[in-house]
Parts: sequence; structure tokens; C-alpha cells
Amino acid sequence: MRFPVLVEVRLRPGIADPAGATIQRALPALGFDGVADVRVGKAIRFTVEAPDEATARKQVDELCERMLANPVIEDTQVFLGTSIRDAVADVR
Amino acid sequence: MTTVGVVVFPGSNCEHDVVEAVTGLGTDAVLVWHGDRSLGDVDAVVLPGGFAHGDYLRPGAIARFSPIMSAVSDFAAAGGPVVGICNGFQVLTEAHLLPGALQKNAGSRFVCAPTELVVASAQSALTCATEVGEVLRLPINHFEGNYTCSSETLAELQAEDRIVLRYVNNPNGSMDDIAGVCSAGRNVVGLMPHPERACDPLLGSDDGRRLLGSLLVAAGSRIAA
Repeated sequence: MRFPVLVEVRLRPGIADPAGATIQRALPALGFDGVADVRVGKAIRFTVEAPDEATARKQVDELCERMLANPVIEDTQVFLGTSIRDAVADVR
Repeated sequence: MTTVGVVVFPGSNCEHDVVEAVTGLGTDAVLVWHGDRSLGDVDAVVLPGGFAHGDYLRPGAIARFSPIMSAVSDFAAAGGPVVGICNGFQVLTEAHLLPGALQKNAGSRFVCAPTELVVASAQSALTCATEVGEVLRLPINHFEGNYTCSSETLAELQAEDRIVLRYVNNPNGSMDDIAGVCSAGRNVVGLMPHPERACDPLLGSDDGRRLLGSLLVAAGSRIAA
């Protein structure tokens, strides 16, 4: 089976996010008041071939750990399987 | 004569400056392509500055998987001197040859400027012929040079005297003003400033020769041993 995957790479809590801070500072000038907690990350989409969802998730977790994120400053949230098919529908 | 191997990744752009700088100190230098699996017969390795693999994903994240990096790891494990300058430092942290990470500069600011650094430890392959407290003037040129690590790692670096260079005026938000660190074996060193761009008084400083000269001493003493 081929599983669609969406990985969100995020700066870990407590790690300074200069890009997020810059965006947040710019917002009031555009009339967007009350926007807070802006954090900038990366969204990475792909598909993975695996016999079942658990195996696919294991592969993706390892991929995140070894390459997609730097655990010193980042963590990841993985969305995988039928529950996100709509979210990544335009991948395929 | 000692030979310095300078690794070239797609997107490296300081390799010829490093060759010029170290040959000016009376050593041989060879360029080593990132796709090679062997370093050949070298006595020291430099990972130069630039944008290896376009800095895609994160600086150093893809370079870490270049075929040459296994040979660099083996060379480092055997005690060989390895120096990563700027992007090379980022590659060494991604490869887990040095602790920590280089995060975006505080203030989202790309900084290209001469900076003053103070030697914090003279016990490393890049500072062994300098003195603690010595002030060096070297240029920096980076967007992701903000040294970041866990508080445990920082305590370990401090306790083991592994912070080798500190900024006099912190330009990028680095923890503890860190400009360069070394490995537990003290033979792997990473730094954000560019010593190879400060090796001639015509360029405003030749303080880089103090560091690269140290590297050649470290390489030479390894040969003698």
C-alpha cells in the first residue's frame, strides 16, 4: 500500500524563532491585532510504500529522526494514513 | 610536507580560499569531491564554507549523507584533525561530529562583518598554537550561526573546556557567545568565522593564520607521533 504522509517540522518549545517573531511584529501594521504565538516550521509531503500503516509510520518516524528534523532544535508531528488523505489529496 | 584535504560539496564556495590560505602557510592542499569515498593521503581535513547541497532542508542536513562523510568520520575517530568553517561547522553538527546546532541568527539578520574573537581554549586542533585570551579579528558571513544546544550539553562543553572561541560582541545570539567548539577528543573543531579570509594584511587581518597555523601544527604533530 502507498500511504500519503504529511510531516510538520517545528522548532521545539523554548527555541527562539526569529522568523515567527518577525511575522508577528509585522501583523499589527496590517490591521491584524490579537495574533500571537506565531511559529514558523516546515511542511513536508510525500508518499511511502509499506505493507501496513504501522510499518509506514515506523519508517516515517525513522526518516524524521535521521533527516527531516534536527532533534537539537526541532521536533516533528507526523500525519499519515486515511485520516489525512483529504489534507494531502493534491500530492498524487 | 603535510597535506590538507579540502572537501568540496556541490554549493561549497570557500574551498579555493582555504587552499590559498593553507598553501600560503607552506603546506600542500588537495580538493576532495564529496562523492568520493576516500580522503586519500591527507593529514588534516577542512570542510569549507558555502551552501552545501543548497542548504536545502537545513544547512548541512543533506551534506551529512554525502559519501565522503563516512571517511571524514573515520578520520576523526582515528584522531585526525578536522575543521569545519561556517557551513562546514553546520555540516559537522548535523553529522554528530560536534554537539549542538546552528540556528537562525537572533533578529533574523544575515551578518557579514569583521568580528573580534577571543581564544577560550588553546587545547584544540585549531587553537593549539594560540594563547587563551588572545583576540583575533576574523570576518563572519552567515544567516544560521546562532549556536544552540541543550543546557546539559552547554554545561559539558564548559566543564570540559571545549568552547574554543567566543565572540567579544555576540553578533548572532549564540549561547555563551560561542563562535567555535571542539569534540571531546579536541581534534574536531567547528567555527562560524572564516580564518581563510583573514590570512593577508591586505584583507584587513592576517589573524586567520594563527588558527590555520595551529591546524598545521596539529597535523604535523600527528605525523611525528
